[in-house]
Amino acid sequence: MKNVLLRPRISFFDMAGCEGCQLAILDCEDIFLELVDLVEIVEFREAMSETAPRFDIAFVEGSIHREIDADRLRDIRARSRWLVALGGCACHGNVQARANGWSPAENLQRVHGLDTVHRVQTDNRYWPLWAHTRVRALHEVVKVDYLLRGCPVDRDEFLHLVKRLLAGSRPGFAAQPVCVECRRHGHECVFLHGETCLGQVTWGGCGAVCIAGGYRCDGCRGLLPNANLASHRQLLRERGLDPKTIDQRYRLFLSGEITAQDAPDEQ
Amino acid sequence: MNSKDSTYSIILDHVTRIEGHGSVRVSVRDGRVEELTLAIVEAQRFFESFTRGMLAHEIPWIVGRICGICCVAHQMAASKAVEAALGLEVSRQSRLLRRLLNESQILQSHLLHVYFLAVPDYVGVPSVLPLARTHPDVVRRALRLKHLANEFTAVIGGRALHPMANTLRGWRRLPDLDALADIRRRLRAALPDFEATVDIARSLKIPDFERQTEYVSLRHPDEYALYDGQVYSSDTGELTPVSDYRHITNEFTVPWSTAKWARWHRESYMVGALARVNNNFDQLHPAAREAAETLGLEVPCHNPYMNNLAQVVEIVHCAHNSLAMLDQVLDQGLEQEDISYTPGPGQGVGAVEAPRGLLFHAYRLDDSGRCTEADAVIPTSQNVNNIERDMKAFAPRMVASMPRDQVRLHLEMLLRAYDPCISCSVHMLEVEFVQ
Ligand code: SF4
Ligand code: SF4
Ligand code: SF4
Repeated sequence: MKNVLLRPRISFFDMAGCEGCQLAILDCEDIFLELVDLVEIVEFREAMSETAPRFDIAFVEGSIHREIDADRLRDIRARSRWLVALGGCACHGNVQARANGWSPAENLQRVHGLDTVHRVQTDNRYWPLWAHTRVRALHEVVKVDYLLRGCPVDRDEFLHLVKRLLAGSRPGFAAQPVCVECRRHGHECVFLHGETCLGQVTWGGCGAVCIAGGYRCDGCRGLLPNANLASHRQLLRERGLDPKTIDQRYRLFLSGEITAQDAPDEQ
Repeated sequence: MNSKDSTYSIILDHVTRIEGHGSVRVSVRDGRVEELTLAIVEAQRFFESFTRGMLAHEIPWIVGRICGICCVAHQMAASKAVEAALGLEVSRQSRLLRRLLNESQILQSHLLHVYFLAVPDYVGVPSVLPLARTHPDVVRRALRLKHLANEFTAVIGGRALHPMANTLRGWRRLPDLDALADIRRRLRAALPDFEATVDIARSLKIPDFERQTEYVSLRHPDEYALYDGQVYSSDTGELTPVSDYRHITNEFTVPWSTAKWARWHRESYMVGALARVNNNFDQLHPAAREAAETLGLEVPCHNPYMNNLAQVVEIVHCAHNSLAMLDQVLDQGLEQEDISYTPGPGQGVGAVEAPRGLLFHAYRLDDSGRCTEADAVIPTSQNVNNIERDMKAFAPRMVASMPRDQVRLHLEMLLRAYDPCISCSVHMLEVEFVQ
């Protein structure tokens, strides 16, 4: 069914994140004015004072760390036709999901000290601000229609998604590893000079930008659906990484997706 | 004034156009401000906890995610802290590139803040979008300059956000000299745009509120301190080494704010563009000092709303200073240097000036070179206490002289003047006039 949208109302929200994904959208300078003609931006707390009751597309950045934020997300879901997870934190928890390696109480205590944590958590007016749960990706709380991956998101993928939805068709992103883009751009594989990389098991779409910048892929865009972690682990072993180092590497950006089975050697 | 008008509350929940989540609650009874709190309501993200277990060179790369708009500053403060812990040296070339990278991000951040977040207030529109129709030239210039600043960061660091070319000790992949020459050419060509930015800023009517506070920033003997230096206080006129940061920030936690608060020689202090311009005015580029004069910014300046103009002064400084540094890089060329290091134990502190002010990072590493303890004191944490005190000082005057919606607007503008990026600390703003 074709369902063309005339000037859809779009909105941006942020949960716990660095706001870099929203900035990456604001950074679409060259297309900013064009975009303003195509869509009606009705809520963008970082750039606007207005708020709106309903919208067609809600972009939500960040992960969910407290029940009050989960409630906010449920409210956004109820007001929006489509909900898009904007960036790694929203898609899978990103680096922030590392916090789940410890209890929320321990995390709070490390940052604020035990006495302070006790004081604020028992404050009758403000305790909900301090009631942290485990770090959750958006889909663990509400139905998410589309994912825009990356830390930060890729502007071309953002534009592709908006234009597809505008045209009444489904946006789609190829499930292929970062390696495909290394080959396309002619980057020398980092394995050739003794470095190791998560590109083989990671969703591409970023243009292999970190390899272009002289680094390796740490997997910020999330695990591919059929990623074979057992053989990837074997490869890293052959390159001299010990099991614990491998687990820690997986857990840099992918704590929200790696299971205890995938990373058995971490103590 | 009847009692209906003189008793009210303002709640600014999740104040817009600032990065992060905050709320201001003001209760006014019989024309008097009874209570005012600035609450930071953003969720904790626990970077200082989950940094544990990371390898030394992974730390700057990951903790850059504390804040999108000041990712470079977080990377650099973390790099300096880890380098201090491991006793690593940073070459002159790397230092020069870092200063360029840092100033490119200050340009990005200040331009975004001045054009997108502050100017709409002063023009009296709710966002930059209506300006696209009423002031297309201004918006086009804003986008042009912002785009240039982004590409500047990308050429030096590999991309505009969360750059990856820079690491401990230096650069994994050096910037391309032709691309640098192109940035220099475009920066030069943009000088009239920077001048026009000063003109726009000059036309803004800055609210007339003053409250003297302690201004804290880095200071360096030879340069306008953005990358390096010791910590200078306007109250004592003395320099304190960065490694003593805990004696400077004295962080404490209040229940209505998930960001920590700070104080030093008095009840609160201010960091950021105004603090830097106040403390180090003489070291600004002559063109920036000229801009300050055009803008009527005389130091010391005690009006926090003037922080927006101080940012414009720094925009001019960074544009000219970056041009000079680019000349230097292009004259001497770039050489791939050895940036290897041996992992090991240690502890260290690093500081830089982020766009929003002084930023500290501190780490402890174990024998295998993995992080066992981490601390970061971000600019907004240092400012919130001072913002609340400004509000408490100004609100009674506002309430006495302005209608309710103007009080609300002026409180929001004050908060935005500080350019708080609450996402760093944890998020920002709502004003509640309580009935
Ligand atoms: S995905 Fe990365 S850039 Fe986006 S909000 Fe999270 S940390 Fe920031
Ligand atoms: S560098 Fe990484 S992403 Fe690129 S081809 Fe090699 S393994 Fe794949
Ligand atoms: S190369 Fe890897 S780490 Fe870098 S952006 Fe792409 S997916 Fe993320």
